[in-house]
Amino acid sequence: MTALETTTARRTSLRDYYQSFMSRRASLIPAFAAIAILLLLFIGAEILLRGDFIAPRNISALLLDNAYLLVLAVGMTFVMVTAGIDLSVGSVMAFTGIWLAKLLAAGMSPVIAIPLILMGAALIGLLMGVLVQYFDVQPFIATLAGLFLARGLAFVVSLSSIKVEDSAVLWLQSTRFRLGSWYITPTGILALLVVIVGAFVMQFTRFGRTTYAIGGNEQSALMGLKVARTTVAVYVISGVCAGLAGLVLTAYSGAGYPRNGVGTELDTIAAVVIGGTLLTGGRGYVLGSMVGVFVYGTIKTIISFMGAEQSWMQIIIGALLLVFIVIQRAIVARSDRRS
Amino acid sequence: MRRIVKSRLFWPVAALILLILINTIARPQFVRITFQDGRLYGALIDILRNSAPLMLVSLGMTIVIATRGIDLSVGAVMAVSGAVALTIIDGSADPNSLGTVIVALVAAILVSLVLGMWNGLLVAVLGIQPIIATLVLMLAGRGVALLITGGFITTVNSSPFEFIASGYTLLLPFAFFISIAAIAAVGLAERRTALGVLTEAVGINPEASRLAGVRSRSIIWTAYAASGVLSGIAGVIYASNIRAADANAAGQFIELYAILAVVLGGTSLMGGKFSVAGTVVGVFIIQTLNSTILFLGVPSAQSPVFFAVVVVIVVVIQSPHLHRLTRSLIRSIRTNQTPEANGTTTNGESAGEESTSDVEVTV
Repeated sequence: MTALETTTARRTSLRDYYQSFMSRRASLIPAFAAIAILLLLFIGAEILLRGDFIAPRNISALLLDNAYLLVLAVGMTFVMVTAGIDLSVGSVMAFTGIWLAKLLAAGMSPVIAIPLILMGAALIGLLMGVLVQYFDVQPFIATLAGLFLARGLAFVVSLSSIKVEDSAVLWLQSTRFRLGSWYITPTGILALLVVIVGAFVMQFTRFGRTTYAIGGNEQSALMGLKVARTTVAVYVISGVCAGLAGLVLTAYSGAGYPRNGVGTELDTIAAVVIGGTLLTGGRGYVLGSMVGVFVYGTIKTIISFMGAEQSWMQIIIGALLLVFIVIQRAIVARSDRRS
Repeated sequence: MRRIVKSRLFWPVAALILLILINTIARPQFVRITFQDGRLYGALIDILRNSAPLMLVSLGMTIVIATRGIDLSVGAVMAVSGAVALTIIDGSADPNSLGTVIVALVAAILVSLVLGMWNGLLVAVLGIQPIIATLVLMLAGRGVALLITGGFITTVNSSPFEFIASGYTLLLPFAFFISIAAIAAVGLAERRTALGVLTEAVGINPEASRLAGVRSRSIIWTAYAASGVLSGIAGVIYASNIRAADANAAGQFIELYAILAVVLGGTSLMGGKFSVAGTVVGVFIIQTLNSTILFLGVPSAQSPVFFAVVVVIVVVIQSPHLHRLTRSLIRSIRTNQTPEANGTTTNGESAGEESTSDVEVTV
């Protein structure tokens, strides 16, 4: 950013504009950086793979393959904006996924089974929220308990994978609404709906403003805002999102597997951080997290296109995470100096 | 008596003794130790042996948590360290020579030190939140380990290397002596020198200790470096135990168990005051609980449910909110009683209750 400053220094009007933009919209910069990285990735892949990459088929598959991560990221954004963290999402996703598969295998109708698993996920979220809010437990530890609980419960439901035969759940995945070579599955629509609802709630409701206030400034949060209720609610939201992700993943893979989603909480946190949400809370956008998920998914696609080893995926995501937290650190340091 | 109960170690030790008692009643062979070929065998000896990797990692985690930090990368460092050691042994002409194994161990520990220093750099110099700074390595570390092993599970047959986890010296497993050495090293460095006090000062108030002339940056850096080295040794023990470098399974979830051990031992996650002895007891509690769960015939995959319950109980007991609640409950019970009825006995009782709630605060 210092490099940017020196180039604009010669033209004062531009510099003024840049400075006022930076001070007013500093929290948007990481989100813009994520979009820039996403575009760069697309252009780079297009050149590297000689025009094979930017195809409707690939971009449609991006949404299809990462629908579960997108749903998880929306819930995680809520929690992280309150300066919390939710480590349990991967395990809750595995638990609800295998539970759903088991219920369906036992002949239960999905109309009952799906609300049931969502309620189970919400209960785990509620437990963690209550621990955080009413027992002063650090979010890290409370959700760690959630991680252990849900992972163990997943194995209690079944030690091996269970195939899903239910036509309604499989419909979510197999149906493709086509427009030319573009397509979208019901799971993709579900994920996008979650993003839209999440973005709307965060930006345009009292609940969303309270969420930002809790993470941003505890004192302002005291001024008549329902802090306790909101804090518990964000963990319930994240739990429900993890439950939905379990449904999406089970539909996607056609089976429930108790070992699913080990380490997915880290991928989710990485995607949300890349999308511009600050770990210190108070800043972040659901739409930014969506961009973060697409950055993650694009890197994954490029790696499999190049036939490189998957171990590079972990290294690149780690490096990208590092770059983004250093950028965020610089932005926070700047705005702290201003205020 | 009051002093014993008030001690920070009282509750962890009581929990450990209770756990051992329950096990002994449920299966008398639990405490039986047999002597064979100059070696001791038994469930308790197994606990001593198997706890070594978690012990080392938890000791490092204790120091890091004391500086108000956290190290999520310990499992990944274990994976890298095991991968480095086994790749060197595997590639050498003579895997059975002691020299090769020593070279491999030194290389593995040096790499772990570098990884620990990297974490320290991010936290102490760049000022990044510890959770996120170490998350970077937690994500990337396993990728690095996979690259080192070439994506395979490297296996070796090297008797000096296998000795680390399964060998015996002086009746007891060699791995247990590694634990003892690590406990002694950390205990002496932190409790017989000023380092421990300085670490606590940094954890309680980094800014004030900096103003008071404590070089907090280098103390934090050292803590992460120590955690890296200890995790590296733990990785070697793990690899020696399974005679293979498994980049995905090595040290999986160990960061969570280590944090749990530290918290069980009475060290607050808010940093500051820490207890090395408490962590040691915490590790034994976890290992005994693990052995109990296995004995109950629960598949090991389901054991996280038990640990979740333990975490919830521990954090709820530690919670100040619960203490306020119990105190007001005690008060309301006392005011409901008639003044004639509560003579000296009630006073004695209430004093007892007061002291237990005090203990809970110090836990």
